[in-house]
Amino acid sequence: MVTENQCHCEQAQEEELYGKLKEVIEGHKGKPKELIMALHKAQNLFGYLPRKVQEMVAEGLNVSLSEVYGVITFYNFFSTVPQGRNDVKVCLGTACYVRGGQALLKKAEKELGIKAGETTEDRRYSLGIVRCIGACGLAPAMLINNDVYGRVKTTKMMEIIKKYE
Amino acid sequence: MNLVRNHVLISIDAGTIMAGARAVEKTLVDEIASQGLTDEISVLETGSIGATGQGVVLVVYPEGIYYGNVTPQDIPELVEEHLLKGRPLKRLILSEIPKQHVIKKEKTGLLKEQPRIVLKNSGIINPENIDEYIAENGYEAIAKALTTMTPEEAIEEAKKSGLVGRGGAAFTTGMKWDFARQAAGDIKYIVCNADEGEPGTFKDRLILEGDPHKLIEGMLIAGYAVGASKGFVYIRGEYALSIERLEKAIGQARQYGLLGDNILESKFSFDITVMKGAGAYVCGEETALIESLEGKRGHPRNKPPYPVTEGLWAKPTVVNNVETLANVPEIILHGASWFRGYGTEKCPGTKVFTIIGNVTTPGLIEVEMGTTLRDIIYEYAGGIKNGKQFKGALVGGAAGAFLGPDMLDVKMDFVNLKEYSAVLGSGAILVMDEDVDMLDMLKSVLHFFRHESCGHCVPCRLGTAQLVKIIDRMSSSKGRKDDIDKLMNIARVMQATSFCPLGQSLYLPISSSLKYFGDEIRSRARQ
Repeated sequence: MVTENQCHCEQAQEEELYGKLKEVIEGHKGKPKELIMALHKAQNLFGYLPRKVQEMVAEGLNVSLSEVYGVITFYNFFSTVPQGRNDVKVCLGTACYVRGGQALLKKAEKELGIKAGETTEDRRYSLGIVRCIGACGLAPAMLINNDVYGRVKTTKMMEIIKKYE
Repeated sequence: MNLVRNHVLISIDAGTIMAGARAVEKTLVDEIASQGLTDEISVLETGSIGATGQGVVLVVYPEGIYYGNVTPQDIPELVEEHLLKGRPLKRLILSEIPKQHVIKKEKTGLLKEQPRIVLKNSGIINPENIDEYIAENGYEAIAKALTTMTPEEAIEEAKKSGLVGRGGAAFTTGMKWDFARQAAGDIKYIVCNADEGEPGTFKDRLILEGDPHKLIEGMLIAGYAVGASKGFVYIRGEYALSIERLEKAIGQARQYGLLGDNILESKFSFDITVMKGAGAYVCGEETALIESLEGKRGHPRNKPPYPVTEGLWAKPTVVNNVETLANVPEIILHGASWFRGYGTEKCPGTKVFTIIGNVTTPGLIEVEMGTTLRDIIYEYAGGIKNGKQFKGALVGGAAGAFLGPDMLDVKMDFVNLKEYSAVLGSGAILVMDEDVDMLDMLKSVLHFFRHESCGHCVPCRLGTAQLVKIIDRMSSSKGRKDDIDKLMNIARVMQATSFCPLGQSLYLPISSSLKYFGDEIRSRARQ
């Protein structure tokens, strides 16, 4: 019974999300030039851009699906695969690189058991690389969701990451 | 405005928020309230105070005392000692005050006057309050332009000032405006390039966070000069706080009738839309940026036609950098000759630099064009950290040039650096001490370019991949005899044949690193 309930609940949640997506698309209807803004909002809702979402955006804004896909894969920000609940990004801009950004990335890869660009099985974390977030004075920096961490040490890194459920 | 005894400015920017500025602010406000000082002490949020890596920074006026690394636990003591009893809390006073901030006292005539054009208000006013900007002569320049100048006169003033683009390409701003004004068509656009992606550069972010109204006013003047009624700010999606502050500022300007129809009861109408970028370095290139604004993949376009004749949606478009536009109100207000009083003959004005790497106080500085690298490092950034030796600097971001110790006394401006085959670029200065491995530095630059190459043209797409392959084998000490020649050859071909500046500019970091540190790189590759 419990699982069934959860299932309903997830379904309802999904329906709600698609309802919201429709509202978003309505705001950009027939305006191909607003594709990137619409995708930003869609990804905010779903956490990533599954095929069905891409199709709805394409139809709503009157652009071809291939163009939508082309834009999504061009920009770092967009993802076509589900992301973890927490988005861990290690900065590899020049300043962070010099101050040990790579060591941080290696440590995170080892501890989380995934490579950059992947998501842990329990969907708790996604790991990625970010190119210069302008926190160069605090290199090496790490970004978790919208929180910036500076002067991160490999020994302290997992302590910070573990704070995110 | 109530008269208060003390103003406490708290720097709220990405760096200090990370250090816990919000918690400190809340504790401070609560503590002041519990001591019954709310009517006497005012707490104000402001943009970056210029020091990074000093934790949460507070400034208490009128004394002008800087506190750094403040935690919520320090607040009761700070309030009791300084704000209640008037005794500065010595243990928290910052010893390394960012030098450009000392100049706030210029008003009292205590110290030598230093230039502050772009960052005039940054760290002084509350960026979320339009009234504070107006109190600092804000929106006076657009009023002056609208009431006393024709658009042509505004362009003429910009030309005479000698202002050139601060994003890196250093094209004369007034000329760009003129081309767009003269281009055929009724609909024209002003685009502000705030897609700051050059590694090590965060000046635009701090201008946006510290003084967003200045950018709005700069865009208004550009719009009036060019004959545009619509502006776009293309801003990095990662810059959450900048976006928030800019949108708030735009809302306030609309309320005050400074954006919208018939601004200040003139015939001039102008509005601004903020567009979020989605993370692509190549979008800093103006035609790629325009493509992205149109909702497409950010591939650069063929030039000509240039954006000034055929830009956004094929309409004449001016693309200006944040810092460039932030200079404009001051130029209109005080005149071109005032502006030319700063900097050098060929390159007037100031430049905002972000100075990072192995220096004592990394951060943001605004200095006159033509200031030497030595002064920037040793006078403004407190010298090399831990008393080490200066080895080199990477100036202008990843697409910039490495400079060795013999370049320390070269004047830093767009024109002069060109003579030394270097560039000022975006104004990022990454300082390296004796311990930095130059091969590793070059490797990071090449990896960056491979990642950011957009794949549109062959020389850049394949060239960056080959360069990475070679540098990787060199850094694992498996370098081959002709690897260095190969790096140079590929870079030369890319410079000559790449479609856009991304691929063309790689030649600079490669050739300059080999010029100054060739021996070291060679020996490292063969170890």
